[in-house]
Amino acid sequence: MAQMTMIQAITDALRCELKDDENVLVFGEDVGVNGGVFRATEGLQKEFGVDRVFDTPLAESGIGGLAVGLAMTGFRPVPEIQFFGFVFEVMDSISGQLARMRFRTGGSFNAPVTIRSPFGGGVHTPEMHADSLELLMTSTPGVKVVIPSTPYDAKGLLISSIRDNDPVVFLEHMKLYRSFRGEVPEESYTIPLGKADVKREGTDISIIAYGAMVHEALKAAEELEKEGKSAEVIDLRTVQPLDIETLIASVEKTGRAMVVQEAQKQAGIAANVVAEITERAILSLDAPVLRVTAPDTVYPFSQAETVWLPNYKDVLATAKKVLEF
Amino acid sequence: MAESKDNRFDPVNVLHEIEEKFEMVQVLDEEGNVVNEDLMPDLSDEQLVELMSRMVYTRILDQRSISLNRQGRLGFYAPTAGQEASQLASQFALEKEDFILPGYRDVPQIVWHGLPLYQAFLFSRGHFMGNQIPEGVNVFPPQIIIGAQYIQAAGVAMGFQKKGQKAVAVTYTGDGGSSQGDFYEGLNFAGAYKVPAIFFVQNNQFAISTPRSLQTAAKTIAQKGIAAGLPSILVDGMDALAVYAVTKEARERAVAGEGPTFIEALCYRYGPHTMAGDDPTRYRTSETDSEWEKRDPLIRFRNFLTNKGLWTEEKENEVIERAKEEIKEAVKKADAAPKQKVTDLINIMYEENPYNLDEQKAYYTEKESN
Ligand SMILES: Cc1ncc(C[n+]2csc(CCOP(=O)(O)OP(=O)(O)O)c2C)c(N)n1
Ligand SMILES: [Mg+2]
Repeated sequence: MAQMTMIQAITDALRCELKDDENVLVFGEDVGVNGGVFRATEGLQKEFGVDRVFDTPLAESGIGGLAVGLAMTGFRPVPEIQFFGFVFEVMDSISGQLARMRFRTGGSFNAPVTIRSPFGGGVHTPEMHADSLELLMTSTPGVKVVIPSTPYDAKGLLISSIRDNDPVVFLEHMKLYRSFRGEVPEESYTIPLGKADVKREGTDISIIAYGAMVHEALKAAEELEKEGKSAEVIDLRTVQPLDIETLIASVEKTGRAMVVQEAQKQAGIAANVVAEITERAILSLDAPVLRVTAPDTVYPFSQAETVWLPNYKDVLATAKKVLEF
Repeated sequence: MAESKDNRFDPVNVLHEIEEKFEMVQVLDEEGNVVNEDLMPDLSDEQLVELMSRMVYTRILDQRSISLNRQGRLGFYAPTAGQEASQLASQFALEKEDFILPGYRDVPQIVWHGLPLYQAFLFSRGHFMGNQIPEGVNVFPPQIIIGAQYIQAAGVAMGFQKKGQKAVAVTYTGDGGSSQGDFYEGLNFAGAYKVPAIFFVQNNQFAISTPRSLQTAAKTIAQKGIAAGLPSILVDGMDALAVYAVTKEARERAVAGEGPTFIEALCYRYGPHTMAGDDPTRYRTSETDSEWEKRDPLIRFRNFLTNKGLWTEEKENEVIERAKEEIKEAVKKADAAPKQKVTDLINIMYEENPYNLDEQKAYYTEKESN
């Protein structure tokens, strides 16, 4: 197996799908000759031609509208939004149009579109590049939302997303792009959407996270182990729909749970996870389900971001509260 | 091309006729010779020297900013060399009361419009104090969302119109920005309400890696203004006097109540898109680079002024030294800014904080003391 960074795994997934299905089209700002500002589409235009991999004019609503139209004519578009902070420019295409395509045509049309986009903090971008805006997507019925945390997951989940017949928003955390390598099979493989992954097994507390926060949760779990506590770390991987089965099974085993997200407290997936757990497993709980999140400000100017972002110490402190309740 | 079958309609010809109207306005050629005496703006010798000084100063600022960025002493930076005439001569045509809505590359214009340089450095470093605009400085912080400033400029201009203020809203974007929906909406609203605005496009030929030819089938960006009913003009953006002349005229029309103007300035960015890993050799050739470098705005303006006996090497060195000194001072001042805290940011969210922010402030006070 090859060792790949997450960005390489993503390029590899795109290559597999461009090869496998001639209806797959990759487009966006600077994805062609330049291979994308993060090089996610590096070499793809050369390999598959400008017909399949192409630059667009600078307009996110245009990119979204193009994807809607191409989906109507039988293509499987994989547009890139250069940074997810610009999603507001393409909200109507996603939430107003793609998400409703199957519904409002009574199933006569569907939208097999995968919107890829980098997001996430800790890499000192200018304003409006790093925001965690997944809640905007998960609160839109009709779209699935996928956020991988490892190179292996990124490839398998992206292939599944592209093959899915409904719109998927696939969010790639910028800090994870090149921060570490992992084993990734060279051949094509899929990871089912809507399935969480137990990244570490444990018996005392379930720490539920996604994206970059999975790694903070894992670090906290290591610290807890030193103190004789066994934490289970669950990576949601797909934040819409949630994998209720895995979550509830874990909580029933540990009796204690917490949720970690990079997004602000008022803007998160965590609240939904807490609600699902308490609705379904209140009698298994020995403590309230707590959250670790960013504070409810706008994403900060970069000088303050390292403090603003939740880290493993925040996770650890909250885990202790839950354990000691 | 298919010939029109019916001589009553010839849409192809309508398009061609409009396109042919857009000739690039120039006052100075590449060598600095006056090629259009009629358009020569009415500027005193002192003003001419001042404009040249600002261009030289800003070229140094660009070089220093790039090296400070490489040393890790500046953050986000979008290079400006090659665009001095477009940026500074257009700003030079404004009055202090005019309001600038810049894009991320338009930091020089807002600095020359009054934003202290150390604040521009703080903006680059990702410190909110960089965006705290001092009283009486009529600028907005650089816009990150491409196009957003265009429609906002129509709003600022409407504000001036309603208050009867004799001031103009001026906004900038790039060739790439001219593809955004907000761009068209801005021109259209401004035209519909006949508000005092100037919409300026610095067409530096690329939007990151995407060449101008991929942005639009329109032969010029200038012609896009026509569709919105705006007087529109194509200008040599490497020619300070031409840029000044067209902007000045646009301003006069605006304050006279004659509505907005759209300006496309042809220029080039010599450097990378930003300092965050862009590699221009991936998408443009050194031949194109050197072709544009021959049209450099400083070279031609320097020649023009030297021929008039208004500029010397000593004068230029004096400006360079002053620039270096002031930049050094500004960096020092930026260094002295208090460390940015999350708790400060919590304080600028609302006029009055809700319960969640109060709680979080307590948590972050603790986190920041560790
Ligand atoms: C809405 C939005 N989309 C995309 C970007 C990312 N981006 C930043 S600069 C840029 C290219 C802009 O090109 P142009 O308008 O020609 O201006 P230039 O950078 O050449 O001055 C892009 C795509 C952004 N900042 N905002
Ligand atoms: Mg440009």
